Amino acid sequence: MAKVLVVTSGKGGVGKTTSTAALGAALAQAGQKVAVVDFDVGLRNLDLVMGAERRVVFDLVNVIQGVAKLSQALIRDKRLETLWLLPASQTRDKDALTEDGVAGVIKELQGKFDWIICDSPAGIERGATLAMRFADAAVIVTNPEVSSVRDSDRIIGLLDSKTEKAEKGQRIDKHVLITRYDAQRAARGEMLNIEDVLDILSTPLLGIIPESEEVLRASNLGSPVTLNNAASAAARAYVDAARRLKGDDVPMSIPSDRKGLLDKLFGRRAA
Amino acid sequence: MRLHGRSLMAFVLTPTAPIVDWLTELKKWSATSPAFFAGRPIILDLAAVDLTEPQIGELIAGLGDRGIRVMALEGTKADQLSPSLPPVLKRERPAAGSETALASSSGKRPPAAKPPRRQEPSSLLIESPIRSGQSVIFPNGDVTVLGSVASGAEVVAGGSIHVYGTLRGRAMAGSMGNARARIFCNKNEAELVSIDGYYRTAEEMDANLRSRPAQCWLENRVLAIAALD
Repeated sequence: MAKVLVVTSGKGGVGKTTSTAALGAALAQAGQKVAVVDFDVGLRNLDLVMGAERRVVFDLVNVIQGVAKLSQALIRDKRLETLWLLPASQTRDKDALTEDGVAGVIKELQGKFDWIICDSPAGIERGATLAMRFADAAVIVTNPEVSSVRDSDRIIGLLDSKTEKAEKGQRIDKHVLITRYDAQRAARGEMLNIEDVLDILSTPLLGIIPESEEVLRASNLGSPVTLNNAASAAARAYVDAARRLKGDDVPMSIPSDRKGLLDKLFGRRAA
Repeated sequence: MRLHGRSLMAFVLTPTAPIVDWLTELKKWSATSPAFFAGRPIILDLAAVDLTEPQIGELIAGLGDRGIRVMALEGTKADQLSPSLPPVLKRERPAAGSETALASSSGKRPPAAKPPRRQEPSSLLIESPIRSGQSVIFPNGDVTVLGSVASGAEVVAGGSIHVYGTLRGRAMAGSMGNARARIFCNKNEAELVSIDGYYRTAEEMDANLRSRPAQCWLENRVLAIAALD
């Protein structure tokens, strides 16, 4: 049975879309059949980060309104056979999403894929609540700073009350993914450390993605970081996180891009 | 057409004479916690002041400007007031048990075959953490939270509040007028604690009472906080 995963955070700009693309690609690289769905109607970005913006014809809203079939709207990734994107509409707003419509699309996707990863918009309004509505599991993306952590806590409260599973009295699996972590700044006290974040959220940790320029570079190139530079610390952290999602037991570590002088010279030349 | 009985918890504001001083005090309050009254049902108790009808109207308008919306009046006589003012609650002012008073005044008949002395649950146990934005309101007694209360969350209890995790949000104990209620927490990072309406914000707390087990109680109408370790 396909697993429906929502990537959410409450706060904007913490890395939901980047993480959706990276986790989706990492799962697809591991042989899973993955659909990533952009719920940010009106402010879509997942198509850009996936490098598929020039191939969008139909979108999620078209499918919900019956204008297009799901198979017409799904875009296959050029690099990974088993990775598909269902883009959001840029010209509509979140009111174009209906609960029944979203339910229908998710149900149809469940028949075709192993993983359906819903990229939630920021906020706690309609778009965000519908993105999480039918989820089996959630990845809560959090930066190690107080406002992001508090917003994540708010979202976890909604996951425990407003999702279909929660309303049936079941629990949805929740995982915290800490992004943009800088070990040195955390050690200097300029950032919350991992223990503080987990203590506040009391939710299990999925992974720690180090702050890395590779992430921005990959986004600008329209490629999930796990594909663009698989050796980078951020990519390795995402691959580990994806394996944990699948249920593998991977020891938690904070990958770093520790470079020697030679690596730096070589790295610069290669880039 | 359907009529429902509804019981809810409202905050009671009691102006004292001279009213100008009371308003200044209130202004000071709202400056420190601007959103404290936002969206909350407020009952205005006029028993301690002697106001004419236009003065009551003025007071309600003044409170409205501060974001305090008065839902009902009490402690004054209904027949003297025009219908443009909020309705007057028909009861004297009991300190506790107003939950039942409200329910019965809304016209709900008590069940006929009620077993004698049915014990209402007087405590609420919450096993999960209380997340930011969530609000637990239990006017009937104590609230025990096994997890933490997040920043931006609140617990309102008629009795005492016990938090076995970290209290980062707001805790308001004795909300129905119980001055003997207390607040206990395993780690005090509270944004605000209040007992029977007397409150203290994080800023007004001694720094060495933070990040450690603490309890709060009311001593001569002053909120006291002490470490428990």
